[in-house]
Amino acid sequence: MAGLATVFGSGAMTNSMPEIVNNDLIFVIGSNTTETHPIIGLKMKKAFRKGAKLIVADPRRINLVRFADLWLQQRPGTDVALLNAIMHVILKESLEDNEFIKNHTEGFEEFRASLAEFTPEVGEKITGVPKEKIIKAAMLYGKAERAGIYYTMGMTQHTHGTDNVFSIANLALMTGNLGKESTGVNPLRGQNNVQGASDMGCAPNVYPGYQKVDMPQAKEKFEKEWGVSLSGKIGLTATEMTDSAISGTLKAMYIMGENPVLSDPDMHHTIKALKNLEFLVVQDIFLTETAELADVVLPAACFAEKDGTFTNTDRRVQRVRKAVNPPGDAREDSWIIAELSKRFGYEMKYNSLEDIMKEIGRLWPAVAGITYSRIEKHGIQWPCPTPEHPGTPYLFKGGFPRGKGRFTAVSYRPSAELPDDEYPFVLSTGRQLFQYHTGTMTRKTSAIEAIASQPYVEIHPEDARRLNIADGQKITVSSRRGSIDLAAKITERPLRGMVFIPFHFKEAAANVLTNTATDPVCKIPELKVCAVKIKAL
Amino acid sequence: MEQSEENKKKVVVRVCIGTGGLAAGGKEVIEAFKKAITDFCVDIELDFTCHYQKVGCRGFCARDVLVDVVDGDTSVTYQGIKPDIAKRIVEEHLIKGEPVKEWLIDASYYAFHAKQLKILLKDCGTIDPEDIQAYINVGGYSGIKKIVSAMTPEDVINEIKASAIRGRGGAGFPTGVKWEACRKAPGDVRYIVCNADEGDPGAFMDRSIIEGNPHSVVEGLMIAAYAIGASLGYVYIRAEYPAAVDRLKLAIAQAHELGYLGNNLFGSGFHFDVRIKLGAGAFVCGEETALIASIEGERGMPRAKPPFPVHKGLWGKPTVINNVETLSNIPYIIRNGAAWYSAIGTGKSKGTKVFALTGKVKNTGLIEVPMGIRLGEIIYDIGGGIIGNKQFKAVQTGGPSGGCIPAELLDTPVDFESLGRVGSIIGSGGMVVLDETDCMVNIAKFFLEFTQAESCGKCVPCRIGTKRLLEILDRITRGLGKEGDIELLETLCADVKAASLCGLGQTAPNPILSTLKYFRGEYEAHIREKKCPAKVCKDLLTYSIIEEVCTGCGACRRACPAGAIAGDKKKPHRIDPEKCIKCGACFDVCKFASVSRE
Amino acid sequence: MPKVTIDGKTVNVPEGITVLDAAKRLHISIPTLCHHPKLTPFGGCRLCLIEIKGIPRPVTSCTTPVSEGMEVTTTSPNLESLRKTVLELILSDHPNDCMVCERAGDCTLQELAYFYGIRENRFEGERRIYTKRDGNPFIERDMEKCILCGRCVKVCDEVEGVGAIDFAYRGFKSKICPPYEKDLDCEFCGQCIAVCPTGALTGKSWKQKGRQKEVREVDTTCGYCGCGCNLTLHVHGNEVIRVDSKADTINEGWLCVKGRFGYNFISSHDRLKKPLIRITLKTRDASRVTRNEVFREASWDEALDYIAERLKSIRDKHGPDSFAGLSSARATNEENYLFQKFVRAVIGTNNIDHCARY
Repeated sequence: MAGLATVFGSGAMTNSMPEIVNNDLIFVIGSNTTETHPIIGLKMKKAFRKGAKLIVADPRRINLVRFADLWLQQRPGTDVALLNAIMHVILKESLEDNEFIKNHTEGFEEFRASLAEFTPEVGEKITGVPKEKIIKAAMLYGKAERAGIYYTMGMTQHTHGTDNVFSIANLALMTGNLGKESTGVNPLRGQNNVQGASDMGCAPNVYPGYQKVDMPQAKEKFEKEWGVSLSGKIGLTATEMTDSAISGTLKAMYIMGENPVLSDPDMHHTIKALKNLEFLVVQDIFLTETAELADVVLPAACFAEKDGTFTNTDRRVQRVRKAVNPPGDAREDSWIIAELSKRFGYEMKYNSLEDIMKEIGRLWPAVAGITYSRIEKHGIQWPCPTPEHPGTPYLFKGGFPRGKGRFTAVSYRPSAELPDDEYPFVLSTGRQLFQYHTGTMTRKTSAIEAIASQPYVEIHPEDARRLNIADGQKITVSSRRGSIDLAAKITERPLRGMVFIPFHFKEAAANVLTNTATDPVCKIPELKVCAVKIKAL
Repeated sequence: MEQSEENKKKVVVRVCIGTGGLAAGGKEVIEAFKKAITDFCVDIELDFTCHYQKVGCRGFCARDVLVDVVDGDTSVTYQGIKPDIAKRIVEEHLIKGEPVKEWLIDASYYAFHAKQLKILLKDCGTIDPEDIQAYINVGGYSGIKKIVSAMTPEDVINEIKASAIRGRGGAGFPTGVKWEACRKAPGDVRYIVCNADEGDPGAFMDRSIIEGNPHSVVEGLMIAAYAIGASLGYVYIRAEYPAAVDRLKLAIAQAHELGYLGNNLFGSGFHFDVRIKLGAGAFVCGEETALIASIEGERGMPRAKPPFPVHKGLWGKPTVINNVETLSNIPYIIRNGAAWYSAIGTGKSKGTKVFALTGKVKNTGLIEVPMGIRLGEIIYDIGGGIIGNKQFKAVQTGGPSGGCIPAELLDTPVDFESLGRVGSIIGSGGMVVLDETDCMVNIAKFFLEFTQAESCGKCVPCRIGTKRLLEILDRITRGLGKEGDIELLETLCADVKAASLCGLGQTAPNPILSTLKYFRGEYEAHIREKKCPAKVCKDLLTYSIIEEVCTGCGACRRACPAGAIAGDKKKPHRIDPEKCIKCGACFDVCKFASVSRE
Repeated sequence: MPKVTIDGKTVNVPEGITVLDAAKRLHISIPTLCHHPKLTPFGGCRLCLIEIKGIPRPVTSCTTPVSEGMEVTTTSPNLESLRKTVLELILSDHPNDCMVCERAGDCTLQELAYFYGIRENRFEGERRIYTKRDGNPFIERDMEKCILCGRCVKVCDEVEGVGAIDFAYRGFKSKICPPYEKDLDCEFCGQCIAVCPTGALTGKSWKQKGRQKEVREVDTTCGYCGCGCNLTLHVHGNEVIRVDSKADTINEGWLCVKGRFGYNFISSHDRLKKPLIRITLKTRDASRVTRNEVFREASWDEALDYIAERLKSIRDKHGPDSFAGLSSARATNEENYLFQKFVRAVIGTNNIDHCARY
């Protein structure tokens, strides 16, 4: 998200879900949309039925490829080169939107120069995508009237994740596919309230509403509202927390509803870090792999047992409603936090959940107009500054918050750990349709477990033949950080020389293998590329 | 002195290779002629050269293989020829000049043809369907050449409208009006589709036309395409017609070779090509919208109209779907003019109609008659009356969608309106003649079995309604009919007709309704007296031996598969009704008429 | 805007809409079974037949577009008699076991049979009998209850783009099945269940959990991916027994396998029900000892007091930056807000993050 915020001054999906059906071109890169965001997948399918063209860029033959007019099967981690080559062709064919560039952007000339070297031939060499397809992609995207780009972690979970996002933004900027309906740069959020957690300031550098902790005006505003003095020092990111726990500077952690043991890279590293803490509190609905390491485990209510709001991927604030009572003594997170806070002598006094919403609105004007009564039936998309404001389906109508959209020249950098003789395969991790994230919820759902309970590694038939591996056979996948045993699934989905493991399964946790190398800007770990070797058991 | 080959007279041996001819051994007959000639050449010098001509069906399929020997102006036709007879014909007829009397066609052949008026079938039985030149020699492709140079599409449509030709597929919709609607429908791409999904049981008109004169269909498609503004045509033909498919493929290939299909035809800027789409044999695919779905690769299921195919057809584009016979007529209309065509026929039904005449009639086969001919003329003059001189009972026209017309209505003219008035239809041209040994309830059941099995399953009245109709008929024929069943049939028939989605369901009750209308007594006999007057429904029959007549020969005992007959030699036998399975074997085998069937 | 007259009421309607939709605008209801507003018209059930002046036979209102001056009759003795026949025919091939049917009380066919008062059936006859043999864990297919309305086929093709099922066979034996009649193998989105007008398709996980009339519906937002689909939780007692979605939502009523079927975890026996406090500190090899040996249950007061005491002492000793909080992308906005407020305002550090960056 940091990348987008740098370019546009705000990091979120620029356009919204309902607009997808009116795209005339959909460019999906690094997103297995139909499996990870099935309902957005449906909107795309509706657009295809209406005649929209589809470009898919993915090293795997994901389901969307079936609907694609063009599939670019790039090598994992070569997205910058692919996008730069596409943009090179767009300029060569004069398909850029000069009017938009002139009025709404800055840094174009410098950026233009940076693309010179990325001819389709160079693109083909780095990405493995034939240059004809690169040219065709440029033509399709460049000529489209309403082109939307959709991406997820396939773009961001790289040591050059921020660069990838810059490249996507460049592409949209140079063709004027921003600030208009059914266009945009659209990161699809992987979890129900990632957007909300970001909006609410659950980040070390910003308060709610992306207001910087190291900006005095912001700090003063929050100090005034909260009645305390605050630290102006930027805090630790999640990956830095792990490192600090290992080095011993971090002593205590409170983890609410996360399972980093399974979701973070290099599981052994994560476990070591958490064990090294003096005190660990984990608050969750199940005794997760992370909770098992805690000193105190607090039983929380799940989404069906509480009221409140979630903010979905297109900035839509929607109601969550209590349907059933939590089991036993389990409590809403809000109750637990308030109770704990009280024990520190700080009363969080709210008459209702909506009072919290009102407080947020006072501190972050973009949601000031959103009240529970307004979202009784349908959610509202921020920005929504006043009670009369209808909400904002797409951003940047008439300009960018930071004035002009900035082009960022990006050069191609290989991933941190590339395959070599010892570890000859590229491992990519991700999700599959039936399971969700670390499986805390889906793996407790019997029907889903009945159909998708087995961990597996996708391997290309040619690689399997070479290694003499049969479909369903148990194999060992090892990286420099560890190894796991799981069944081989022989399929033409991955590229040759690449394997894919869904990370839902603790019994063969993909994150035992992954690399902790992070993007220098936003500290996201490189979960999409690391080097592994394979051995039949 | 040796005569040079060119100076020798030419004798043409013409052999029918329609599916009927082929099945009877047409190809083998040609080979036998060739072999006989070669064999004789060894010993004697022949004063003639023999040419072989394969021709399509000329209709008299009951007497296949038909062979014409054409020697100058004289043409002699043989019937029922098998390969082993070829040698005799070569020796006696070709060499010695004396036709082989015992294999010559008889009077019935001439009677069969006397009241026919052959337009489509004329060329069918005389030209080689596998040679485009043969079609061209009889004026073929002159129609399309004429219109692309001298007529606008509107002219063509007006000509077809003036001819008053109506669709031969069943509904009888005016062809010119259909073309005009399609031409006027907005859109840049249009299609012409030839419906060759002939599905009525016993019907083979379209198959015979394609087998015998495929180029007339291709030319018809071209003319239609020019008129409506299409540049691509499809022929939807069932895969069970391999000979027709092969000939059509060959015809298309030959037309391509001569530049009759492709781009810029005859220098006119008109482009046209034809593709063949094989159907898997579902009856409902003859229905326009189901046919379109099938070409598009979907399951053959009709959809509601409107929109009609002329507005939204194949791939959503304006489309004309014409039946084979309709299209085959078009070149003749263009060649001879609308006035010539509309002079044939009656009132609102112009031209000729091809029928597949089958059933209990002596001369079965393919016939072409002018519209307006009386039913009786077809059955007695062309068909030669009923086999075994039994009593004529009814004629079923229009296949599963049609009805049965009884003896008292034999004067009915065969045209769209008249047949409609008596509760039947022309349909695609099936004509099944029934005699006194046919049970009308059973006939209705036969057709319902067919429509029920072929219902696509989409709409409730057809899927379940025809099933229930069939069940009621079935129980009536098994002696389990109840008082009220006739009324129930009538109600359900009316509702299925009114509520079904497509023509299949809307017409499926017709065989029941028309038999109820004319033969209600038979239904009542089945239900009330538990008797089948035609003695067909075996559950209603009892077999017994008339002791006074029985000679005790034992033939029935030996023939009985159920061991139900016992009796001492030379003493009257008896049938055990418990064991009797009512197969009728004893009845058939008894030489003394001592088995009674009631 | 063509002007049409339906049952004597005249209205101007948009070009191209169907007679059925035009009638809806006039609040005239026409019975339907195969029609679904979000799918292309089918015209198979024949219940929506209407009479149009000038057209000799009744036509289906779901497929017929309006045209200027059209005069429509939606009910007449003839039409009602046809509808009754159609319903009787359907019911003659239907296992009339409403008393044990999952959909009783929530079944379009049952409703129509009730309103048309069909008790006696003139068309008793053979019924299709199928053995149930579906191996999948989500979708119960009772093909005997299938009325072949085709909605499931259409939703699977037109909305989901999967095409896992289609019509097969012909005549009375027509049925809807996966290719070669194998077990259902699809994305299990359950859209087919959502559109099925009878009990032919139901969810295996809500079998015998409660009838619709005893259900309390609670509208909420899905807790899985970021799409933010609107869910309607069907609650029976204190249990979520079924999940559905309403048509006028951001997700248009469609859900995925997780949203529709992934709710059992809510009432899982494994849920944490009490605060737990570790018994022996520093024995952290969870793989070697069972949960009961590692933790003991505690009251909220005890647990919270203990946390407060430990955190205060660490903060006092090592400073606020020795503490870090990880918040949750699955908690609500309000909870996330409070959590970061706790970390910032109460502990005094900006060491707060969540997995957004992952």
